[in-house]
Amino acid sequence: MQLNYRMRLPEAKKYVADKLHVSAFDLSDSTVMRNLREELDIGLIEAVPGLSKGLAAKSRIADLLDIKIAAVDILKGQMS
Amino acid sequence: MSKIWTRMGDGQAVEMTPDELRQDIIEASEDAADKGKVPPLEEREIEKLMEIFSAPWRVIGVEPGHEVPLTKDETACTLVSSQLSSGAHLPISREAAVEVFERVFAFDTMELGWIDYSFKPAKPMVSLDQVAIERLLATTVFPILYGAMPNMGLYYTPDGPYTNPADLLGMMKVEEAREEEMKAAELCMEDMIFVCKRMAEVGADGIDFDTTASAGDADFLATLKTVEELKKTTDLGIEVGMSGEFILGMHGEVEYKGKRLAGLWPQDQLKMVEAAGADIFGPVVNTKTNKSAAWNVARAVTFVKEVCKQSTIPIHANVGMGVGGTPMFETPPVDALSRASVAMVEIAKVDGL
Repeated sequence: MQLNYRMRLPEAKKYVADKLHVSAFDLSDSTVMRNLREELDIGLIEAVPGLSKGLAAKSRIADLLDIKIAAVDILKGQMS
Repeated sequence: MSKIWTRMGDGQAVEMTPDELRQDIIEASEDAADKGKVPPLEEREIEKLMEIFSAPWRVIGVEPGHEVPLTKDETACTLVSSQLSSGAHLPISREAAVEVFERVFAFDTMELGWIDYSFKPAKPMVSLDQVAIERLLATTVFPILYGAMPNMGLYYTPDGPYTNPADLLGMMKVEEAREEEMKAAELCMEDMIFVCKRMAEVGADGIDFDTTASAGDADFLATLKTVEELKKTTDLGIEVGMSGEFILGMHGEVEYKGKRLAGLWPQDQLKMVEAAGADIFGPVVNTKTNKSAAWNVARAVTFVKEVCKQSTIPIHANVGMGVGGTPMFETPPVDALSRASVAMVEIAKVDGL
C-alpha cells in the first residue's frame, strides 16, 4: 500500500486491516496473522503442503485487498 | 544513578553519566536544528531518548502496535557478495538469498540487484536480472523491487566516457566541469530508464534508487528525471533512498522544477522526490564516529522527524551502518541499532525503515 499507493503507515495499516476484518494491532501479531493467513490461504513462511505459494498466494492477496499486482496481471494475460 | 553503558559512533563501547547523555542529546538536536533549519527536539522527545538509551536491556523494540515495515537495499549481496558489500559470501544464488530473506528472516519486502550494484554495470546484464525477477515474482509473496545505485561517478574517466570534473576543477575549468557533469547525468538517466523499464516489463513491484546523489546535485537531477519518466510510463512503485544528509554541489547550479539542488537538507530533498512522483523517500543522516550513539541518534531523529512531518508520502529512514544514528562499523552492534530504530519509530514517526 505504501509502495504502489503512497499511503502513510496509519492509512496503510487501516486499509489492510479493514479488508482482512481484523484490527491494525492484529497485523503485527504473529499468532493472529499465522492463523489468518492459513485460513485465507494467502501464503505462509513455512512450507505447508497444499496451501497456496508464491504467485498463487499473491493473486489471492490482490483480490482480497482489491489492488493491482503487476505480476498477477501478467500471469492472467499469459493464461487467457 | 550508575553510569549508562552505550556506544560511540564507531561502535566502541563507552560509559556515560545521565547528565553526559542528556547533554549529548541536546547538543546534537541543536546541531541538526542549526544546520538544517528545522525545529529541535522537544523536552518530551529528549526524555524519550533518555529512556531509550537508559534501558538496561541489550536489545529493545517498539511498543506493540507501533511496528513498521522494512525495505532493504542490496539484499541478495548481503548473503552472496563478499566484504565489498558487507556480504557473507554464501554459495547460494541471489534468488535463493531473496527467498531466505522472506521465509527465514521474515522481511516485509525485498529487492534484487546486480552483484555490482549500480545501474551502469547492471545494464549489460539486464536480461539475466529480468528472469531472476520473474522467478522471484513467481516464488515469493512479498513485494519484489529491483535495486541499484545511480552512481553517476562511474560515467567519468577512467570508468566512463567523460572527463572527471574533479580533475577539471583543479585546473579552474569550471564551465567544462559542469558540462561533463550534465553529459554524465544524461547518460546515467538513459541507463536507469532502460533498466527500470525492462523490470516493469516483467512485472516488478518497484524500483529502489539507492545511494542517490552520491556524485552530487547532477546525480540527484538524473534520478529525479528518471523517476518522473517512470511514473509517466510505467506502474512501478518507486523508492528513492539518499546517499547523504546534504546534496553536494559538485555542479552548483543544477535546478529541478526551479529549485537549486545543491545544499538541500533532507526535508528539502523530500520535496523534490515528491514532485518527481516517487512513492517512498529514504532520508539519510550521517553518523559522526567521534560522537556517542545518543548524539548521533538525536541528530538523525531531529532531521527525520521534520521530514515525516512535512511528507505526503511514506518515509523509510535509512538506518544501517554509518547512517540514521547507527555506528559506522561493518557489523553494527545490535544494542545501538535497535535503539536507533526505536527512536526513528517512536519519535520521528517514520512509516518504515
